[in-house]
Amino acid sequence: MATLERDLRAPAAGRRFGFVLDRPEWLGPLMIAPAVLYIVAIVGLPFLLALYYSVSDISMGRRTLGFVGLKNFISVVPTSKFQTSLQNTFVFAIVSQVLVIILANILALALLKEFRGKWVVRLLLLLPWVAPISLGTIGWLWILDSIYSVINWTLEAFGLITADGWPMYLGKPYLAMGSVITVHVWRLLPLATVIILAGLTSIPKDIHDAAQVDGASFWRHHFQITVPLIRPILLVALLFGLVFAFTDMVVIFVLTRGGPYDTTQVLASLAFFTGIQGGDLAEGAAIAIFLFPLLLAVAFVFLRIARRSEVT
Amino acid sequence: MAAGTGRRWGLRVGHFGVVGLFTLFTAFPFYWMLVTTFKRTSDLLKRGNNPFVYNEAPTLENLRVLFQETLYVRWLVNTTLVGVAVVVITLILAIPAGYALARLTGRWGEQLGIGIFLTYLVPPTLLFIPMSRVIGDLGLQDSLWSLVLVYPSFTIPFCTWLLMGFFKAIPRDLEEAAMIDGLSRFGAFVKVVIPISVAGILTVVIFSFTLVMQEFVYALTFISSVRQMTVSVGVPTFLVHGDVYFWGSLMAGSFIASVPIAILYNFFVDRFIAGFTVGAIK
Repeated sequence: MATLERDLRAPAAGRRFGFVLDRPEWLGPLMIAPAVLYIVAIVGLPFLLALYYSVSDISMGRRTLGFVGLKNFISVVPTSKFQTSLQNTFVFAIVSQVLVIILANILALALLKEFRGKWVVRLLLLLPWVAPISLGTIGWLWILDSIYSVINWTLEAFGLITADGWPMYLGKPYLAMGSVITVHVWRLLPLATVIILAGLTSIPKDIHDAAQVDGASFWRHHFQITVPLIRPILLVALLFGLVFAFTDMVVIFVLTRGGPYDTTQVLASLAFFTGIQGGDLAEGAAIAIFLFPLLLAVAFVFLRIARRSEVT
Repeated sequence: MAAGTGRRWGLRVGHFGVVGLFTLFTAFPFYWMLVTTFKRTSDLLKRGNNPFVYNEAPTLENLRVLFQETLYVRWLVNTTLVGVAVVVITLILAIPAGYALARLTGRWGEQLGIGIFLTYLVPPTLLFIPMSRVIGDLGLQDSLWSLVLVYPSFTIPFCTWLLMGFFKAIPRDLEEAAMIDGLSRFGAFVKVVIPISVAGILTVVIFSFTLVMQEFVYALTFISSVRQMTVSVGVPTFLVHGDVYFWGSLMAGSFIASVPIAILYNFFVDRFIAGFTVGAIK
């Protein structure tokens, strides 16, 4: 009875607002507008501000916002701190992504096979990606500790290093970069692996069967059949990884704070130390702006992939 | 025959070895956190001690310090409050937007959808400098409201995109049947589409919440008083202060705030991947 009544009332209510609630050309924009406005206000406006700050003389304590042209860039770019950070950013992002893609391919192939306890393994493999990165990195801070490192203890127990020859993983320039990259690989490997695994499982089985019947060797099969088929998805994994690696500062902030002697300083962390801790918002903004061209490139490739997948 | 079984066993061992090594790499830091949590400081800080075993009896002292002498519980509460508020804002804005992009808009909707998704890739490290000024001008410094305001900037784009995918997968007949029965388009959305999308909406809830837990850069920038911190910032900045490291409590705090949510997340991971991989998989 009750449902019948409601059913009878519903059309009347619908008709009152009918012109809006029924016409897609009205309702669509109306439903999207709040989300779009929020994003414009919270991402778009600050972005424009970031552009403007980089050519202004704004600082933490001051209320004025004078235009100074390229002064910030001229004073920041030639410094060795900036040059080192720029170089480190590329080393950090590219080395870690090459490693991630290679390792994720191997791991994804291994996970393609069914085996007992797979869900536990998957949970353990995903942990670094799911756990808050700042907290996971603290685990590494302890593992890589200069005096109590468990890695060094193990190496010494196997007689590979001596008690007074313990490497200082976070205190020596090359080792520090290596450590930071390792932790970043650790963090991004799970995401790349599941993305690639999704690609591998989407390949129809008869393609593999056909290759097997034709007697293709494992390597030919992999590089001439599988890899071309999952290329778009490899690209997606790489794009996300590159964006996260180029713009990340958490691992570096927790492990080394950019040290020793700025050898692990990257643009994002330098922008933080200059703009927020140093209070020079204008120079900080000028440094952060250098992250933008990279994002543009990524967005461009992403759009091309999205478009292609719609056409086919 | 014998060579065949030998080869098969070789492959199995190799496969086991590869998976085992990777699992060791990804899970060891968390295992190590757990081991360290119950160790006495005197045990931890004696260089000759074998770190893999308990040289002295295990203790709950580190947990006691963490919960009683630090603001850890307060940080957990702060994180939860921000998480709940952000989830609510995200749902209110992303559900209608995702539906509209899936059903009510044509070609331009698709472009707009990709545009919204791309804003997810704009990193905090590009925006945090102007944001810190805006937050200051709004008088929200040191307030959890600053995080509630800013975090939807990355939850809305991704969740709108995910929900769009869910809504597209719902057969159109369901809504059309409801509309023939007299509901308006919007009524069909509220009364038919939302109830059958609970799984998708739950995914978005979990996803937004984990993103809030993970966020570090904005929280580090906007919040400076210890009482207002979230877990991801409080633990690494406050428990590591000066040269004194409370390793036991530090590891306990990191473990407790990361592993339970990771287990929950694990149930939904395939849906996120479907979102990440866009149209790259057919």
